Amino acid sequence: MFARDAALAALLVCFASFDGAAAQTANQPPDTMAARVEACTPCHGNKGEGTSDVYFPRLAGKPAGYLYNQLLAFRGGRRKYPPMNYLLEFLPDPYLEAMAEYFASEHPPLPQPAPSEVSKDVLAQGELLATSGDANRSIPACVSCHGPGLTGMQPGIPGLLGLRAAYVSAQLGAWRYGTRTAKSPDCMQLVAGHLTEADVTAVAAWLATRPAPANPAPVPKGTYALPFGCGSQPN
Amino acid sequence: MGLKLSIALLALVAFTTAARAQEKTGDKTSDIVARGEYLARAGDCTACHTAAEGRLFAGARPMPTPFGTIYTSNITPDPETGIGKWSADDFYRTMHNGRFPDGGLIYPAMPFASYTKVTRADSDAIFAYLRSIPPVNQKNKPHELRFPYDNRQLILGWRTLFFSEGEFKPDPGKSAEWNRGAYLVEGLGHCGMCHSPINALGGTSQSDAFKGGLIPMQNWYAPSLTSNREAGLGDWSIKDITDLLQTGVSARGVVYGPMAEVVHNSLQYLDDADTKAMALYLKGIAEASSPPPASSALPNTESSLLISLGKTVYDKNCASCHGTQGEGKPPHWPPLANNQSIEMQSAVNPIRMVLNGGYPPGTKGNPMPYGMPPFAGLLSDNEVAAVVSYIRTAWGNRGTPVSAREANELRSAPLN
Repeated sequence: MFARDAALAALLVCFASFDGAAAQTANQPPDTMAARVEACTPCHGNKGEGTSDVYFPRLAGKPAGYLYNQLLAFRGGRRKYPPMNYLLEFLPDPYLEAMAEYFASEHPPLPQPAPSEVSKDVLAQGELLATSGDANRSIPACVSCHGPGLTGMQPGIPGLLGLRAAYVSAQLGAWRYGTRTAKSPDCMQLVAGHLTEADVTAVAAWLATRPAPANPAPVPKGTYALPFGCGSQPN
Repeated sequence: MGLKLSIALLALVAFTTAARAQEKTGDKTSDIVARGEYLARAGDCTACHTAAEGRLFAGARPMPTPFGTIYTSNITPDPETGIGKWSADDFYRTMHNGRFPDGGLIYPAMPFASYTKVTRADSDAIFAYLRSIPPVNQKNKPHELRFPYDNRQLILGWRTLFFSEGEFKPDPGKSAEWNRGAYLVEGLGHCGMCHSPINALGGTSQSDAFKGGLIPMQNWYAPSLTSNREAGLGDWSIKDITDLLQTGVSARGVVYGPMAEVVHNSLQYLDDADTKAMALYLKGIAEASSPPPASSALPNTESSLLISLGKTVYDKNCASCHGTQGEGKPPHWPPLANNQSIEMQSAVNPIRMVLNGGYPPGTKGNPMPYGMPPFAGLLSDNEVAAVVSYIRTAWGNRGTPVSAREANELRSAPLN
């Protein structure tokens, strides 16, 4: 008798807590990263594909290590952009890591390249710098670090495809003026320091004309050797 | 043989006793250090004395003030550049009286008007903790204050007007818990530094304590802790208050702006008993009677046009999280109906939340907070004013409409 009552009571408790849990779930936001990163979407798109604003970059499919480094740099102020610095200021490392992994694992299609507004000569100069560099001026080719397909390398080197010319040009400028910095040795700061305004315009314009490759994924770590040391991609 | 064994046993006993005794003394020191660390958290020392990505308590964080920039000082035990040569007496004098060991005056950006209430025992514990952290050899940066504020003698005037020295005196008519809460809120917590109106001289009069005010240079409004029409907690449950303080989110609302920093650096580390004591005290200082609802500066026709546009903006951009009736999905998506933070007379905070969005702090109790998107790039000044006017007046909320000009002015508010 007692045992049966106890069992019944236990069962009732089970139901009660089940009901409670269900009600709570129904009244709670989805327990997903997508819901947690909604604050990112007005500028970076629902899946990190980018938006119509040419200064806000695509995040989707970039290496998680690269995205995590950027989140840390924004939070710590090494990369300056007040709206980003503000949003991340009080978020812990593991959460930033989860955000980076979320956007790295999203693969919305790359956008169609927009027709370029610069002349053919400028595009040719951009292509030359991006694919061969300029040894006389100590400028390495973009492809020597960002990969022959410009899709980047795990874990720290971003691909350069799907970005608008305005964004790439603004970032190269930010390195030259010190508002964007990375772990030492800050390889991109060295490279950007050798570029002229004209170089920046040409490279940014040419990169934005590149069509999407068959496989836009960053290549695995160690696929090729970097021409010089880079703090964001330790060997 | 037997004797040898006895001696050996005796020696062993003696050795163990000695070890125990030593352990006990060791424990005592580490107890004080641990207590000091806890109290340093309660005082949020790190918020000012650690720079972004800087070494712990090495200072050099720039603090913009209306009088110029103050750089915080190195409080690591480095003898040359920190407080390594200080005694516990020196440290207590600084906390209690706002003077350096040599008698020099400290700028009141250091909240000594609150810290003066801290007991000698607590001051000693914090000092013991600061002695235990790694020393950092880093020279203090000179302040960049404009004339005449670069003259420290002016602090004497400020002190005469706004500083009264004295440790916290418990109110015998109140419970021990209430007094503990009062001690933390008024003393170490230095809540009054933001939650009291600051006058043109950079001071707060005693009668205005906890009555709210715009934080200079940051352009966030620190609501009154005594008015239930602002952040007065008179009609909050103790659990909602402790949730807010410990995790940053609650059924009634979430922390944002400068308060996110306070929860992140300080309040999330306080134990349940202290948090509850603070909650009890804060609930108690809310005044029973609320001032009458403010009247709007906007003409009626303009208001009703704004509010009707506001509903359209709200239904399109906000309702999916905050609900068509402003009910939200608390604690992560805060309710907007009956949310004091939205209704209060100053509309600075709701406007800024719409423009800048924001994340509550990541805390032990809420390590992956949900965030609010920034709408600065998506909505015009008029739309921002409209949606803020709508949420301030819909669902029984008793706020007033705001103008596009107010929204526009806050677009340039500093973000960090």
